[in-house]
Amino acid sequence: MSQIHVTATINGDETEFLCDPTETLLDVLRDHLDLTGSKEGCGSGDCGACSIILDGRLVCSCLVLAAEAEGRSVETIEGMAEGDKLHPLQEKFIEHAALQCGICTPGILVAAKNLLERNPNPSEEEVRYWLAGNLCRCTGYDKIIRAVMDTAAEMRGAA
Amino acid sequence: MYAFEFERPSTVADAAKALGEEDAQALGGGQTLIPTLKQRLAMPSKLVSLSGIAEIKGVCKADDGALCVGGGTTHATVASEAKADYPALAALAGNIGDPAVRNRGTIGGSIANNDPAACYPSAVLASGATVVTNKREIAADDYFQGLFETALDEGEIVTEVRFPVPEKASYQKFEQPASRFALVGVFVAKYADGVRVAVTGASESGVFRWSEAEAALSSNFAPEALDGMAPPADGMISDLHGSADYRAHLVGVIARRAVAAAS
Repeated sequence: MSQIHVTATINGDETEFLCDPTETLLDVLRDHLDLTGSKEGCGSGDCGACSIILDGRLVCSCLVLAAEAEGRSVETIEGMAEGDKLHPLQEKFIEHAALQCGICTPGILVAAKNLLERNPNPSEEEVRYWLAGNLCRCTGYDKIIRAVMDTAAEMRGAA
Repeated sequence: MYAFEFERPSTVADAAKALGEEDAQALGGGQTLIPTLKQRLAMPSKLVSLSGIAEIKGVCKADDGALCVGGGTTHATVASEAKADYPALAALAGNIGDPAVRNRGTIGGSIANNDPAACYPSAVLASGATVVTNKREIAADDYFQGLFETALDEGEIVTEVRFPVPEKASYQKFEQPASRFALVGVFVAKYADGVRVAVTGASESGVFRWSEAEAALSSNFAPEALDGMAPPADGMISDLHGSADYRAHLVGVIARRAVAAAS
């Protein structure tokens, strides 16, 4: 089985990699590119721990074949902070203690960032609806929702 | 996953050619197929991704007023682009699964798989839509042939689904809350020449038309027309989420809600 050569833009950098046809984008991010922020939870698209942005769209990287990333733009949790400067969502997640074990957190941050880019003023219902594909087994979601709502309010104030 | 080769053609003709190889399998959005491959429940020799074929993506309106949805169009695109012309269809697409599923999953993939609890088959059947493939046009009434069974031949590709736009329509589903698949979903569509009612999630034979409700609603399009009505529980799915009797009862309840919500 020959490997497939893929060129994609990952967190703004043009990146080349070789992958097997059976490898998912999550496999490549974690195992070839050392971008281990995206997590493998269920591997079947239910938990959202592997959430990334593909051409501006939130997707589960465990259900995208790596070969499908050819020519496309990929954003992961690693591209969220600017150096030492955390994204406002990351700041608010710390402030609200919106995490416990942390395994769902990268996926939730990526999903929430994509929401706020599309809708800077979401209702609580819209936040919950948007995060429906991101499971957290620790927090009960309340702090996560409050952190996202608070970030949205602050970012609107700063804009 | 078992090993397979991968190809990503840019035209329907090239995809059809690639799918002519033995045990080749089309890949739509992969939201069902990739988990299936991971469980080693399928062993294709080659996956032919349809994601690079621009001609089967997007939503447009035909001269006769029908809404045409390309087979490779994602649920998220239908949710936004069908909103003005067929709001009930857009609402259905906007409530499939979660955002990640809607951003990858396609209408062609959904109806080619014909999961008995999927949402789209009910819209296609209730709308009396036409499924267009690379070879022919298939009426919705002939297309769905039971659990995960369709009229598609091996390697046949759904290129478009043409929906006649109804006067009024609504899709309501009673969600299985973990998967957000339909425990029972009912699509009601009112046309000038009658009402069509399609039920998903309930039957062991997959999506079906509830003809008794269609007759009642065609003479009186009001929730009361279905008072006390439910399809027989025989042949309904019975699992840990609900018994056959429960599902049959839900069909009546959800159908009345759909009629009440139809606009």
